[in-house]
Amino acid sequence: MSEPATGAVQNTAENVVENQAACDELLRIDDLYVSFFTPAGEVRAVDGISYTLRRGEVLGIVGESGSGKSVSVNALMRMVEHPGRVKGGSITFDGKDIFSLTKQQMLGLRGKEMGMIFQDPMTSLNPVYTIGNQLMEPLRRHMGMARDQAYARAVEMLTLVGVNNPEQRMKQYPHEFSGGMRQRAMIAMTLSCQPKLLIADEPTTALDVTIQAQILGLMKELRAKINSAIILITHDLGIVSDLCDKVVVMYGGRIVERADIRTIFYRSAHPYTQGLLRCLPRLDSGDKEPLVPIEGTPVDQLALPKGCAFAPRCEHCMKVCLSQQPPIFDFGEGHASACWLHWKDRGEDA
Amino acid sequence: MSTPLIELRGLQKYFPVRRGLLAKPKYVQAVDGVSFAIAPGETLGLVGESGCGKTTVGRTMLRLQEPTAGSILYKGRNITRGNMRPYRPKLQIIFQDPYSSLDPRMTIGDIVGEPLDIYKLASSKQERRDRIYEKLALVGLNSEHFNRYPHEFSGGQRQRISIARSLMLEPEFLVCDEPVSALDVSIQAQIVNMLMHLQQSLGLTYLFIAHDLSVVRHISDRVAVMYLGSMVEVTGAAELYRKPLHPYTQALLSAIPIPDPDVNAARVRLPLEGDVPSPINPPVGCKFHTRCPYARDICRQQRPEFVAVGPDHQCACHKVSGGW
Ligand SMILES: Nc1ncnc2c1ncn2[C@@H]1O[C@H](COP(=O)(O)OP(=O)(O)O)[C@@H](O)[C@H]1O
Ligand SMILES: Nc1ncnc2c1ncn2[C@@H]1O[C@H](COP(=O)(O)OP(=O)(O)O)[C@@H](O)[C@H]1O
Ligand SMILES: [Mg+2]
Ligand SMILES: [Mg+2]
Repeated sequence: MSEPATGAVQNTAENVVENQAACDELLRIDDLYVSFFTPAGEVRAVDGISYTLRRGEVLGIVGESGSGKSVSVNALMRMVEHPGRVKGGSITFDGKDIFSLTKQQMLGLRGKEMGMIFQDPMTSLNPVYTIGNQLMEPLRRHMGMARDQAYARAVEMLTLVGVNNPEQRMKQYPHEFSGGMRQRAMIAMTLSCQPKLLIADEPTTALDVTIQAQILGLMKELRAKINSAIILITHDLGIVSDLCDKVVVMYGGRIVERADIRTIFYRSAHPYTQGLLRCLPRLDSGDKEPLVPIEGTPVDQLALPKGCAFAPRCEHCMKVCLSQQPPIFDFGEGHASACWLHWKDRGEDA
Repeated sequence: MSTPLIELRGLQKYFPVRRGLLAKPKYVQAVDGVSFAIAPGETLGLVGESGCGKTTVGRTMLRLQEPTAGSILYKGRNITRGNMRPYRPKLQIIFQDPYSSLDPRMTIGDIVGEPLDIYKLASSKQERRDRIYEKLALVGLNSEHFNRYPHEFSGGQRQRISIARSLMLEPEFLVCDEPVSALDVSIQAQIVNMLMHLQQSLGLTYLFIAHDLSVVRHISDRVAVMYLGSMVEVTGAAELYRKPLHPYTQALLSAIPIPDPDVNAARVRLPLEGDVPSPINPPVGCKFHTRCPYARDICRQQRPEFVAVGPDHQCACHKVSGGW
């Protein structure tokens, strides 16, 4: 696992993992708290999360909707919107303390060192400019390229993401592109400055599966070529198993478990992760097999329980789970889980 | 099959679109000759990418939209034209969006009970309330929820409410139009199981529409696959996943990542190039030929018939039916 990376990148899962193990840390999120101060009360969207990411590594963030996935990465881009506020914690990106950068420095970082792709490409594409203009703008601004240089690079990027007739496409407006094509254009735009970190928030949720497969194939190819680290937010554990090296599982604004991909899928420790995996419908299941749901209803972020956020839905719920937040148990090799069961397993004196 | 509960023969639904005042009207060929039959107590899954016409099939077969051509048979009776009122209670629909399909100003009791009011089926307040309680209980809700409003409920609970409402008139057939697509997986499973359980206990027949083939796999007896307004394949659920014949079905199945790193890594992918063409100007010949890796001249010229290619297995493909 700790052999140094050598030579050309071969895109087998094992090689990638080995390469990454040898690379150094790109991102560290430490005890991050983000709240929204709404008329109805404080929404504790992100409630003390920590994780790290190495260069070139692909991290999947999964969890129920409303569990704080998007807000946590928005905080990292310093794009938490009103009435939200980062209440505590720190984020270190490539050695820089994100929260102490000036607005100007942050603008320089965004789009150049870290890029973001969204579920809806129109969030980052401007309808009144041509695709070409929008592709060239960051290249000229961040990379200081001349017009013809930026043009050549933009065409190259469109080709790379699989857009046919790129020169003609450069002259078109976003509305002339199909959904899949827009998503490609946004990826091209985001990757053109070769960011060290690519954040993809549900990048294929609005797309059909055959188009999703094209985009995921593209992301795999690009990760081999550009070696950006990726944070991939998705509710689809199939995509996670296809693309990610490691996984963070969120519930109620907290991280309940994190581990490498194989540990999450084959040896998960947290009851929520286990429940999530069990309840998934599978293409390779038997006939009319009932699913195994997680009973109960989602958490109310306005009234996070005192103890473990998952306790009301947990089949193993104990008394302590209702009154105290479980600490994080570290099993080593990047595997950690926040559950009182582990405390019990280790004996009272642990 | 004995008499199907419901059957479609060559169902067609075109929507006129007019671009500009003087332009000749064109048509979105949303559904273009769809035929299938669903036996009593059976679930037929209907899958395909967005815009392929699934919702239009569901709405048109219940006459929520009038068909352009083709016929609809309910227990052998032709219900394509004429008054639907006698059949309406037996043929119901559940929608995808549990947020916009419930009137925010009505209480849960009134939402679920509204069909009773419309059809004047409750003889007293007491009877009305009892029947509403009974339906709420069927979907895992209770009398405490009677006077609450939709905004107080989560997505999964709202879907339960709309299911309770659709059950109010004791239907035989439900079109479930992506009923779990907007829900978290942990909640999806609750609703899917509940629908399977209701089917058992009430003897319901379902058309289960979804773009997620994994969900369809769990709930369906047979699965129909649509592409650009037409049926490309239909067969038993197990057969479809084990032995898909149409190149589109094969690509669709292979595109779905399986949540298991080892299984996933071992799978063969059959990527499709390009996008789905416009239903206003669908390709001549086989509609899939523009994306099909096997397309030949005949595919570009002649529309393949939807024919039996095995026991309980139909497919519309020149390659599969040996037409080349
Ligand atoms: N602008 C906002 N105002 C109030 N609450 C918000 C806002 N944005 C997000 N939230 C709340 O923060 C929580 C986490 O949201 P989010 O990170 O978007 O969840 P997800 O995991 O689905 O991406 C949710 O409970 C959501 O309601
Ligand atoms: N009322 C309508 N008027 C015009 N076009 C429509 C209408 N309803 C659906 N369509 C078109 O018909 C096609 C099929 O739509 P739909 O049945 O909703 O597909 P699906 O449910 O498979 O996503 C699409 O191209 C859609 O834009
Ligand atoms: Mg989100
Ligand atoms: Mg639809």
